[in-house]
Amino acid sequence: MLNIGSDSLTKTIVVTSGKGGVGKTTTSASVATGLALKGFKTVVIDFDVGLRNLDLIMGCERRVVYDLVNLVNQESSLHQTLIKDKRVENLYILPASQTRDKDALTIEGIARVMHKLKKSQFDYIVCDSPAGIEKGAKMALYFADEAIITTNPEVSSVRDSDRILGILQSESKRAKMNEEPVKEHLLITRYNPGRVREGQMLSVDDIVDLLAIPLLGIIPESSSVLDSSNAGKPVILVPESEAGQAYSDAIDRLMGEDRPHRFMETRKKGLLARLFG
Amino acid sequence: MGIFSFFRSKPKGSAATAKERLQVLIAHQHADSDGPDYLPLLKQDILNVIKKYVDIGEEQVLVQLDSQDDCDVLELNITLPEDGERSSAVDAKALRDNDDDGPQSSKNRQSRAERTRSRQTRKSQASARSQAKQKA
Repeated sequence: MLNIGSDSLTKTIVVTSGKGGVGKTTTSASVATGLALKGFKTVVIDFDVGLRNLDLIMGCERRVVYDLVNLVNQESSLHQTLIKDKRVENLYILPASQTRDKDALTIEGIARVMHKLKKSQFDYIVCDSPAGIEKGAKMALYFADEAIITTNPEVSSVRDSDRILGILQSESKRAKMNEEPVKEHLLITRYNPGRVREGQMLSVDDIVDLLAIPLLGIIPESSSVLDSSNAGKPVILVPESEAGQAYSDAIDRLMGEDRPHRFMETRKKGLLARLFG
Repeated sequence: MGIFSFFRSKPKGSAATAKERLQVLIAHQHADSDGPDYLPLLKQDILNVIKKYVDIGEEQVLVQLDSQDDCDVLELNITLPEDGERSSAVDAKALRDNDDDGPQSSKNRQSRAERTRSRQTRKSQASARSQAKQKA
């Protein structure tokens, strides 16, 4: 097999949050799909061993044969384990195991998998972290070059995001090897501009202020997110959806492009809607 | 939003409260995780001393270590309870190696001023995050 030493060109991005239910898997699915749409060879890995869900969001749950734990234990090859997406070229899914627990993963085992992926010329490895700050979450962030901190405008989510930032800065491989720190990005999901205007919800500025990391994007609360997970289709593939557009903008920013933040304002409601809405 | 809330005056938003609470919380979180191992003990000792004179709770003492240039500054922020004419906050800065405080400070006696040089390197603080500071 041809082995070109292009290891360092692969970028590893962890999608993490500490708190559960904030949209990590939704974000992982859309970020990975967005990167593949840009032409990058991308794999998205579900690190939530025991509670896999990424396969459902990506709509490939019936095609899972082998999983991450098989790959770590060398019971299957990379080629056998990766699921190629049917809609987007260059996109692959590496599902988590449903039957094992988080102890089945080791840093050494994951390191072997990462090495194989790099040898297979992947441009991006997107790691979908499980909730919490235990082993699974720490494994997911260990190899990260960049991190997308998914945060809801809500107290417990913001607090947990701050916690996970602390862990990134002390327990990632980059921190332990004294390398350049993991690049942090804030992604605010389930944002409701109307409630922010009413003073009922933390604003973008509040959250940026509190967490003090650069803002990658704001994903508005949108019914299309539920619709697309019902259908097993990453929301970024729904161009008419505001959430999908917001994810596309975020990918552009990830590439270093300058995009103004949209969906921070509500459309003005008419008098009738205000009375009976 | 229904017909009644349209006529009601706009309620004072809860988001402001959320932000205030988070600012305090995150400052505490950083103080706990960024500092050296003895910081929680030091904080407890300081709290005990103050408790002899004033009735305060744990969340009213904030002990935080900052790096500025080549010296580390230990910042003590103590919020005293409001009682009549007394001003509400005391902002005391003490030095981390002050030999009267802290269980592990006997090795270094040179420092008594508010800020002095301390050469102890901190554990890999890759953090470029600005720490949210909360004054009472």
